[in-house]
Amino acid sequence: MALKIVKGSIDRMFDKNLQDLVRGIRNHKEDEAKYISTCIDEIKQELKQDNIAVKANAVCKLTYLQMLGYDVSWAAFNIVEVMSSSKFTYKRIGYLAASQCFHESTDVIMLTTNQIRKDLSSPNQYDTGVALTGLSCFVTPDLARDLANDIMTLMSHTKPYIRKKAVLIMYKVFLKYPESLRPAFPRLKEKLEDPDPGVQSAAVNVICELARRNPKNYLSLAPLFFKLMTSSTNNWVLIKIIKLFGALTPLEPRLGKKLIEPLTNLIHSTSAMSLLYECVNTVIAVLISLSSGMPNHSASIQLCVQKLRILIEDSDQNLKYLGLLAMSKILKTHPKSVQSHKDLILQCLDDKDESIRLRALDLLYGMVSKKNLMEIVKKLMLHVDKAEGTTYRDELLTKIIDICSQSNYQYITNFEWYISILVELTRLEGTRHGHLIASQMLDVAIRVKAIRAFAVAQMATLLDNAHLLTGNTQRNGICEVLYAAAWICGEFSEHLENPMQTLEAMLRPKVATLPGHIQAVYVQNAAKLFATVLRSQEGNTEGTAAQETSQLMIDRLPLFVQSANLEVQERASCILQLVKYIQKLQQKDVEVAEEVNALFAGELNPVAPKAQKKVPVPEGLDLDAWINEPPSESESEDEKPKAIFAKEEPKHSRPRHTEVDEKELARRREARKQEQANNPFYIKASPSSQKVYQDAPGVEHIPVVQIDLSVPLKVPGLPMSDQYVKLEEERRQKERAEKKKKEKKKRKEKRSGRGKKHDSGPESEEDITPAHMVDIVTEEMPENALPSDDDDKDPNDPHKALDIDLDKPLADSEKLPVRSHRPTEAPKSPAEDGDTESAAPQEPKKKSSKEKKEKKKDKEKDRKKSKEEKKKKKHKHEEGEDLLGGQPDEPAVQSEETNEVAAPPTSTSAEVSDLDFWLSNAPVPSNSQEAATVAAAAAPVPQEASGTAPDSEPDEPKDTETEETKSSKHKKKKQKKEKEEKEKKKKKKHHHHHHHSDGGGDESVQNGTVEEEEEPLPPMSNYCLLAENSYIKMVCDIQGNLQDGSQVVVSVIFENKCDSFLKSMEFNVLDSLNSKLQRPEGAGPHDGLTVPFQLPPGVSNEARFVFTVQSIVMPQKLKGTLTFIVKNEDSSTHEKLDFKLHFTCTSYLITTPCYSDAFAKLLESGDLKCSSVRLEGVNMPFHHLLARICFHHHFSVVERIDSCASMYSRSIQGHHVCLLVKTADQTVSIDAKCDEPSLLGNVLDEIKQTFSQC
Amino acid sequence: MIKAILIFNNHGKPRLSKFYEHYSEDTEQQIIRETFHLVSKRDENVCNFLEGGMLIGGSDNKLIYRHYATLYFVFCVDSSESELGILDLIQVFVETLDKCFENVCELDLIFHVDKAGIAGAPARAVSAVKNMNLPEMPRNINIGDISIKVPNLPSFK
Repeated sequence: MALKIVKGSIDRMFDKNLQDLVRGIRNHKEDEAKYISTCIDEIKQELKQDNIAVKANAVCKLTYLQMLGYDVSWAAFNIVEVMSSSKFTYKRIGYLAASQCFHESTDVIMLTTNQIRKDLSSPNQYDTGVALTGLSCFVTPDLARDLANDIMTLMSHTKPYIRKKAVLIMYKVFLKYPESLRPAFPRLKEKLEDPDPGVQSAAVNVICELARRNPKNYLSLAPLFFKLMTSSTNNWVLIKIIKLFGALTPLEPRLGKKLIEPLTNLIHSTSAMSLLYECVNTVIAVLISLSSGMPNHSASIQLCVQKLRILIEDSDQNLKYLGLLAMSKILKTHPKSVQSHKDLILQCLDDKDESIRLRALDLLYGMVSKKNLMEIVKKLMLHVDKAEGTTYRDELLTKIIDICSQSNYQYITNFEWYISILVELTRLEGTRHGHLIASQMLDVAIRVKAIRAFAVAQMATLLDNAHLLTGNTQRNGICEVLYAAAWICGEFSEHLENPMQTLEAMLRPKVATLPGHIQAVYVQNAAKLFATVLRSQEGNTEGTAAQETSQLMIDRLPLFVQSANLEVQERASCILQLVKYIQKLQQKDVEVAEEVNALFAGELNPVAPKAQKKVPVPEGLDLDAWINEPPSESESEDEKPKAIFAKEEPKHSRPRHTEVDEKELARRREARKQEQANNPFYIKASPSSQKVYQDAPGVEHIPVVQIDLSVPLKVPGLPMSDQYVKLEEERRQKERAEKKKKEKKKRKEKRSGRGKKHDSGPESEEDITPAHMVDIVTEEMPENALPSDDDDKDPNDPHKALDIDLDKPLADSEKLPVRSHRPTEAPKSPAEDGDTESAAPQEPKKKSSKEKKEKKKDKEKDRKKSKEEKKKKKHKHEEGEDLLGGQPDEPAVQSEETNEVAAPPTSTSAEVSDLDFWLSNAPVPSNSQEAATVAAAAAPVPQEASGTAPDSEPDEPKDTETEETKSSKHKKKKQKKEKEEKEKKKKKKHHHHHHHSDGGGDESVQNGTVEEEEEPLPPMSNYCLLAENSYIKMVCDIQGNLQDGSQVVVSVIFENKCDSFLKSMEFNVLDSLNSKLQRPEGAGPHDGLTVPFQLPPGVSNEARFVFTVQSIVMPQKLKGTLTFIVKNEDSSTHEKLDFKLHFTCTSYLITTPCYSDAFAKLLESGDLKCSSVRLEGVNMPFHHLLARICFHHHFSVVERIDSCASMYSRSIQGHHVCLLVKTADQTVSIDAKCDEPSLLGNVLDEIKQTFSQC
Repeated sequence: MIKAILIFNNHGKPRLSKFYEHYSEDTEQQIIRETFHLVSKRDENVCNFLEGGMLIGGSDNKLIYRHYATLYFVFCVDSSESELGILDLIQVFVETLDKCFENVCELDLIFHVDKAGIAGAPARAVSAVKNMNLPEMPRNINIGDISIKVPNLPSFK
């Protein structure tokens, strides 16, 4: 055995390791493939050995080869072997390989389930970590289903390292197994407030990613995110949250209103470009969502545009690019504010970076108006000339066409100008977009009737100069234009000045070098032209000219008859025969022109591209019904073809299927006809279907207006669009002058005091009338076309499955599947219960609660026992809620016992109203947060019918006594329990009251309708005055930093109270031993911090300063100074203002939600010190009192019963602070526990002070 | 979300590739080649973003790259990522590599693909800096080395 091991290790010495492989590959540059194939053979040998080290080495090499593009899927099983090695070094190699090459269709994956589960629950956090990371790359729906519960458990692992990964991988699990989203969501939400910043930001990332696809389901999280946004200093997290808000605002405009202010502050204060950029982006999204009815946000738009301008002007190409990108978003709703930066954007067109030029082009698209279209296109044309590289030039070309044709040629006032632009564009060499220009020409010529004469003239010129375009036909896409030109000249030949000349141009021998489809159009339209020419010639001369024309056709057409292109050949020979026949008639002096023209009579109208799709399905037509019954299964294979052919024309079937009996066929046909006649679904041939378009109205009645052409129709050579620009200017000038005249007249007549607004201001959009009235013929749609409802959603998008309402209560059928055998005994907090599970049969809830009630009635002696049982049961229920698929009679929400657990995901209506509340009136986030917590904690409405008598008040102390005498050993612990019991009892009592008194009076405080039933909370603000003088007022709010246990963030609002400009503000604080102002690196310990903004008169703005604090148990005061310069028009003076920053102990507390059972556990743990305080003469409703404590002292309500509430908070350094607040007759007693007595004492003092002030 | 991380040299030879969606080996190599062609054509002083087009999964995606000496670092991300953020991330990634190898160069990547957290580095940089939605990769170093800290958070642009 030992020998074998030694031998194995010696073998390994000669094995190639990864380095050798890499070196080998580098040394065999010429025959790399050959070398690798020998290596793969070696690896195969190595994989056959028993030694796991050798296998791991081989797998390691395979991983590298996979990265070079070699298929290694054959080694999948060996990878699984290495994965299951107990040694971490090998396991890691295995998982790495798996993450590189496993995917959903790898079949060995199903073998890994148990191995992965084992690794996930390994005591070694790195085993777990490696399994999580690996799993994230190859998770399949099966794995997701089987492991979802294990991963969910890991989300509350003690190590942040694991929690973080577990949270992230949940995203992949959701994608593969959408059913897991709802059960897991409450915990995911919990992780948003995880003490570890890494876990927190992982949760933010996952939720953002989920919310991006289905934002509406996550609206209820907005308050939470808002809080994070205002408290977090981690830019990465901020960026994510801000991006998320960008996705949420379109759904909830009120959210946008709330966001504007903090975002604007961030924009002002941040120095990070990435954050600034995202803020601007979200502000834009907000503005878009608010665009209706919120006129007073022009300041925000201006701010955004101004910041973006800074980005665009930056020398960094990346910023420039992003600036343009964001600008294009503003453009959609606020084009005016962007248009003022036209200069800048046009400048970007000259940039050397193509991406930037393309972005700038995108912007131009939205910036055009009737007024500036010509000017912009003129600039673009210049760029077309200058542009190097065909791709960019093509892009320019398409953009020009896009810009001009957008929204049905809305901005074009002069179509002559547009046609000439198109013609100019044909001079581009080597463009691929000939067809685009061609289709534009066709579109304009067909739809803008007034322009046809001009268009035809231009097209004739083009045809004449075709040789310019076809210089090198084959690789030149521009010859497509000739297709349009030929068609237009042919179709509208009545507008041609000199049709004969054009006809000749179309029949030039060189035409034969054009692509086939163009030639075909040439031939066909030559025929049309021929008809027109005939008509004019027959009227004038005595027929020789006409005969000459026919002769010309007969001479030239044979060239096309020889064409290799079928279409051309067919048309040419057809037309050739026709012309020969015409010639014969002409020789007999017959007038043929009318008849020839009749060949091409009728108008062609454009048809909308969607028309076909929009044809409504006629009533009674079932498209899914079989036209012929499918062949029955019993029919043999070789009979099938008969059935198929029988459907076709008998002409086909007869010669082919001679073997089929003729009579039989006839019989079948007869039968089928019979069937069709009787079948209402069979479409019978309708002779009228074609005529619909011809009869369609819309051509005749369109008034065609005479054009007064200011440019001679015949432009020598190719036209210059510039002329139009000048002409247009003149025309507008004239128009304006006329208008002014009219206006003056009017004013004289009226003599009323109307403003001079039309006098000198720039002409507005409406003032510009098109050069000549044009009718744009709309595209035809079938009659009674259905209104469009285009469903663009990709049915294969995995995120579609995740469109799940997260606020609905969890149904019991939705639990994650769990495998286990042992029933649980120990009570668990919901944060931990995931890892245990009970297979014990679940009692129906109703029954159990009744049981409980009954037990309650029992004698004092049995009380404790029954209570314990109850407690057990309660926890069973909780687990059942989270995990098990039991089937209780009542929905979970209505069970009182479970409300603490069920609250977050269940209280739909409460949460919705929370959100509304938060959005509508909550002035400061923490306040609303509190309200939300109160409501969430107390939300579910107890509905169970209780037949028990109310427990009487005096029972309770007695109860405590018994309790205490009974257990001497765990006295303290019991006490805690007792307290909890008491609370519960009270609650129960309350429920009872609630039931019997029909919610009358102030008893009905407890449930989710708090806000509606009670008087509204008075407005509160945490901002307290810091210092004030005649120039400036400073108010501040001090908050602990969630991210860092030693930091406190001070938000100071500076308000300029004077009429002067305040600038160069410097904020400085004298550091103490305990607290230090965080200064940028390199700054001295006594340097002040520059406030990152200036204040115009009357403006206020907020800045944040971060302090590092060592000990948080004592409050302290810091002296500080603000220096600033007051700038008047003529002078500027230095001023300073002293202040004292008061860090109360409260400011080190952070509102942290806590479940009641976790709370109970905490109290039981026994390491908390107790203290209490009494407040006399507090004259306010209890909920106001609670709200005050929550708001001013950063507590959250854990549970509330009548006039008693438990509250929780945590300090930035992790001290737990628990309160039990009771009130009776204006006296409030607060019992408090904390693991740090001095902190507790100070906090209580501060609470006392708060209430003494009011 | 990050869709792929590609590292290749000035000649388009792949040095490290990680796709977070499954493609066949051929497609992966094809993507790397196309990306190289797109990226290598660009001047040094132009912006670092490329609209990826159909390369990986459609128009929502962007290529964000940086060029260091002989290596291109290309991240393919979708629209949920901040462009400037990813640029910073690449910087952090490279700084981390530099820390691991002391003056990292292409050869280090060639010879130590498995070693010292090359594979893990992107993820580590990510998780240290950002904790974004990126699965971390296992790494071939001692457990003791695992918590290499990213030196100092990159200064935001």
